[in-house]
Amino acid sequence: MDTLHSGLTQTNLKNSPRLWAGLAIPGTVWLIALFAIPFYAVACIAFGTIDPIFRDAVPQWNPLSWNFVQARQIFSSLATGALQGVAIRTVVYVVSAVTLSFLIGFPIAYFLARHAGKRKLLLLVLIIVPFWVNYLMRMLAWVNLLSVDGLFTRFMRVFGVNYNWLDGSPITVILGLVYGYVPFLILPLYATLERLDWRLVDAARDLGANSRQAFRLVTLPMSKAGLVAAGILIALPMFGDYYTNDLLSRSPSTEMIGNQIDFFLNASSQPQNGALLVLALSIFLLFFMSFYLRSTRQQSKQVTR
Amino acid sequence: MSRNTQKSNSPLRFLIWGYIVWSLVPVMIAVIFSFNDGRSRTVWQGFSFRWWWQDPNSSVFQNAEMRNAIVNSLVLAISTLLIVTPLGIALAIGSQRIRGRSEKFVQGLTSTPLITPEIVVGAALLLTFTRLFTAIPLGFAAQLLGNVTFSLASVVVIVRARLVSIGASFEEAARDLGATRWQALRFVLLPMLWPSVMASLVVVFATVIDDFVITSFLSAGVSSETVPLRIYSSVRGGATPALNALATLLVLTSFAVLIIGLFGLSTWRKRHGERGGLRAALADVTQINS
Repeated sequence: MDTLHSGLTQTNLKNSPRLWAGLAIPGTVWLIALFAIPFYAVACIAFGTIDPIFRDAVPQWNPLSWNFVQARQIFSSLATGALQGVAIRTVVYVVSAVTLSFLIGFPIAYFLARHAGKRKLLLLVLIIVPFWVNYLMRMLAWVNLLSVDGLFTRFMRVFGVNYNWLDGSPITVILGLVYGYVPFLILPLYATLERLDWRLVDAARDLGANSRQAFRLVTLPMSKAGLVAAGILIALPMFGDYYTNDLLSRSPSTEMIGNQIDFFLNASSQPQNGALLVLALSIFLLFFMSFYLRSTRQQSKQVTR
Repeated sequence: MSRNTQKSNSPLRFLIWGYIVWSLVPVMIAVIFSFNDGRSRTVWQGFSFRWWWQDPNSSVFQNAEMRNAIVNSLVLAISTLLIVTPLGIALAIGSQRIRGRSEKFVQGLTSTPLITPEIVVGAALLLTFTRLFTAIPLGFAAQLLGNVTFSLASVVVIVRARLVSIGASFEEAARDLGATRWQALRFVLLPMLWPSVMASLVVVFATVIDDFVITSFLSAGVSSETVPLRIYSSVRGGATPALNALATLLVLTSFAVLIIGLFGLSTWRKRHGERGGLRAALADVTQINS
């Protein structure tokens, strides 16, 4: 009787499609109009034409008449031409910054999840603080420290290091990316490690594995999905970053793809090239994004189970 | 045993405190320099409130452009909240409960903006507003639409997590007692969603007031300049410590909102007999379940 009853009401709640659809419609329409359609608009401009007189991009709304002349040029430029340097640099910077972020972030998240003890809440709060400090404020802080008469520059001069940090230094840009994004890595890493069943690691230790073996054979495989997802989570915005670079270097020698997009769309009026680069970046990132969405969906399924 | 593990982890302990110093001290130095008496942002020349309010032209509270940026930031953040909160709550409930083919579509559509790099969203909206929806001018209107679009997904995620933890039984009970579907939603479910609503208000406010990329792509010059845009355009110039003061003000604002939100969340929880405290409230606003 009881199961029959709850079964009935269950269907009741699930069975009011009109109300639920009504609630979902405004937000869905909003996202179609201002998220999905804009992507289509990017494609239409990327594969459109250039007005011969005003030199402005003319969108081609009909996909059947898309023209790929400029696209071919930009893509080959990214692969082998003038933009090749930018493409390679973007990947190298992001990979280095993500790697460094893991080297810093993983031990911290691990300590926080396993050994923080009584101080855990305090440490957690202190680690969340940078999350809430404006990104530009954190960059501004380093611009002040690294400028010619900045505290850090003067401090380093004591040791005989005389380096121009803010003038096209790849080291500054990569470390700036690390500084900017590492807080966004630590929290998801911590959440992953916190969820692990550490009894399995203890079991491995009891069965004779040393701590390194237990880490490599138990901890790492168990947390792999979460680690990859956390890495993707910071790699995605880094791939599109241009402001870190702009604030800490401002030199063409450290430009990333984001800087080129910003340049084509905001500084010069070559929106077609900008649209093409946005498209190229999106296609490149689509793989990471779908991987991330799939892995988080699996995780949430496991949780609800 | 426990002493043993603590000892063996002392390098990690050292690392974590080192990290905290590294992540916070530069910002603190920038805050301190907002009280510099001289024009330099790097050489200390004594303490004063010159760049906060004493200087009649270039202090934060008296400089027309900086005040303009502060007002623009606040107006943008609050307007975004007013639109995105109801939109997001409705979308969260609806998208959790619709079934069939549209379920996957709507869920995909709501989760993608969360991980799309901002530059892609900003560029796409810029091109859309200048070439397709030309009725919407760049500036405040475009910035508002852009920020709502970008923050909608985070409201949905926060509210949906709460929906899952509430479950269906309360609404079912209300239905059994004779409430209509709408009444059960309005008088039973909605009040229970309050913590997630408060968390989304805090998160969205902080996101919008800190937003640089979308707001910058969709701005139309000084009239729609926000605080982050102002910071961005003057960091590398010869700006005075008033810039540090402006950035400090921005940080203080988001912290004030965060603290009010955390306080509100834990009070609500206590009053309604839910387990919680600071850690639960932190989990609400960071979406990290610990």
